Amino acid sequence: MSQESNAVMCVAPKRLHDIAHARAGDKGDRLNIALFAYRHDDYERLVSLVTEGKVKAMFAHRGVTRVQRYLMPALGGMNLVLDDVLQGGVNGALNLDGHGKTLSFLLLSMPLDSV
Amino acid sequence: MSFLLGSGAGFSGDRTDAAIAVVAELARRRQPSALVFETLGERTLAGAHRRLRDDPEGGYEPLIEELLEPVLATCQDNGIAILGNFGAADPASACCRVHTLARRLELGSLVVAEVFGDDVRDRLEMLDLTRWEAESRDLPEAGALVSANVYLGAAPLVEALELGAEVVVAGRVADPALFLAPLIKHFGWSWDDWDLLAAGTMAGHLGECGSQVSGGYFADPGFKDVPDMARLGYPIIEVEADGTLVVTKPPGTGGLVTIETVKEQLLYEVHDPSAYLTPDVVVDLSNVRIEQVAPDRVAVTGIRGKPAPDRLKTTVCHDAGWQGEAEISYAGPNALERARLAADVLRERLSFRAPQDLKARFDIIGHLSVFNDDAGQLTGSGNRDGDYRLRLAVEHPKKRWVERATQELLALYCAGPAGGGGVRRQFQRRLLSSSYLVRREDIVAGARLKSATRGEPA
Repeated sequence: MSQESNAVMCVAPKRLHDIAHARAGDKGDRLNIALFAYRHDDYERLVSLVTEGKVKAMFAHRGVTRVQRYLMPALGGMNLVLDDVLQGGVNGALNLDGHGKTLSFLLLSMPLDSV
Repeated sequence: MSFLLGSGAGFSGDRTDAAIAVVAELARRRQPSALVFETLGERTLAGAHRRLRDDPEGGYEPLIEELLEPVLATCQDNGIAILGNFGAADPASACCRVHTLARRLELGSLVVAEVFGDDVRDRLEMLDLTRWEAESRDLPEAGALVSANVYLGAAPLVEALELGAEVVVAGRVADPALFLAPLIKHFGWSWDDWDLLAAGTMAGHLGECGSQVSGGYFADPGFKDVPDMARLGYPIIEVEADGTLVVTKPPGTGGLVTIETVKEQLLYEVHDPSAYLTPDVVVDLSNVRIEQVAPDRVAVTGIRGKPAPDRLKTTVCHDAGWQGEAEISYAGPNALERARLAADVLRERLSFRAPQDLKARFDIIGHLSVFNDDAGQLTGSGNRDGDYRLRLAVEHPKKRWVERATQELLALYCAGPAGGGGVRRQFQRRLLSSSYLVRREDIVAGARLKSATRGEPA
């Protein structure tokens, strides 16, 4: 399984996933994704690339109503808070992943050349 | 001397052997310490209330005995207080269960305390309720109400410890409060020393999800590799009287504690980092510094606190009908097209075989599922990375081991690789059929009348 995923990564073009890591968490119908650059030098790149507007566009199909970005320069990252993206929240969603736990990796699939 | 906070579980369904290495290390270090089991999420509590309706023993954490059994004696012998929200919807019954376990283990007297007051279902109408900032739903009608629980703070937990409790059984409390309470009791922190309460709360926040701070839910092969994930060391947080804290894990265990693992957990389920609301304090993480002070030792400093909020969060659960799931597989040539055709046929069938208000969603797992929305708007846009689903199937004569095996898959939520979601578990009795051959002459067949008068078969 890991061999396969490594093969995928070798052919994949440059994406957020190549320079940053992330974790998603949920409360009700609100999702947060904490995003951090692996190297502190990439922090500014993260700030210019991952804007509230871009994130909102990326999650538009999920019905997101608001994206709030909190910058954490000392940690080399940011916290993104997305409202109404879970289509009912963990107790109500029809999605296999009602928590939205996998959505950190949807964010990480953002292309780096999409500024 | 620092106070040690060990984590034994980070959610309901977590690894039930995780606490063993943590408690062994706490006992070895002979420092004041406590062990916390955090097993109650928004969904877990709703499930516990639902089970309680049908089963008087169904209202608390079903794995409570399995979690406590391997460590209860060592904790008692070493004065390690145990705190857990494993009481869920019914802390009183959970206490009885702990006593039963203690008797079975011949531990002599064990002091067990119940935390009460979080259940406000019967008083909901009398409470002045305002909406949580991100809530859009109205309160349910009284008939549909299943539960209403307030997130309590550390105060009732401290009270339990002051009563001499060796095991504190709570229902809905703020998760970090389970860690903050023993610190308040031990160091005598004041209830308005906001910076100290904030530090203790963040010690709890970092520990409350178990291995999520020590290598669980972190691995991304080739990018973020984690050693020996099958034996992850669950965290121990060392806290000084001045609120200084270090995150570490028991020696000889798998996993890792690094700046990256700590960062990911620091903001987990946090919204505004300058105002993380808890019942005991509003935490300001704006100036937090994270430093690797030694291998598997990370110091967190710069945590600030502001006065506690006026209102406490209350989670209300209500009945909302039924949900169902069903899956079928297609493989080999043209499999995706056949799966799509199946979805189309099913969609059309449901349009005239089910009422119009049936809400349905179609996923093709392996092609596109969890990233999609209910209406399927991403379908057809291509998904280069795939969408893989790990399936485990097991069988055993005893239900216990089938439950254990499937629960190990569930534990991947916190202790597995990064970004996993959508676990489903089910188990049922198996019915087997077999076929054999017999000798013809050994078979006696025919017809027989039963006589009404003789009462005997002919």
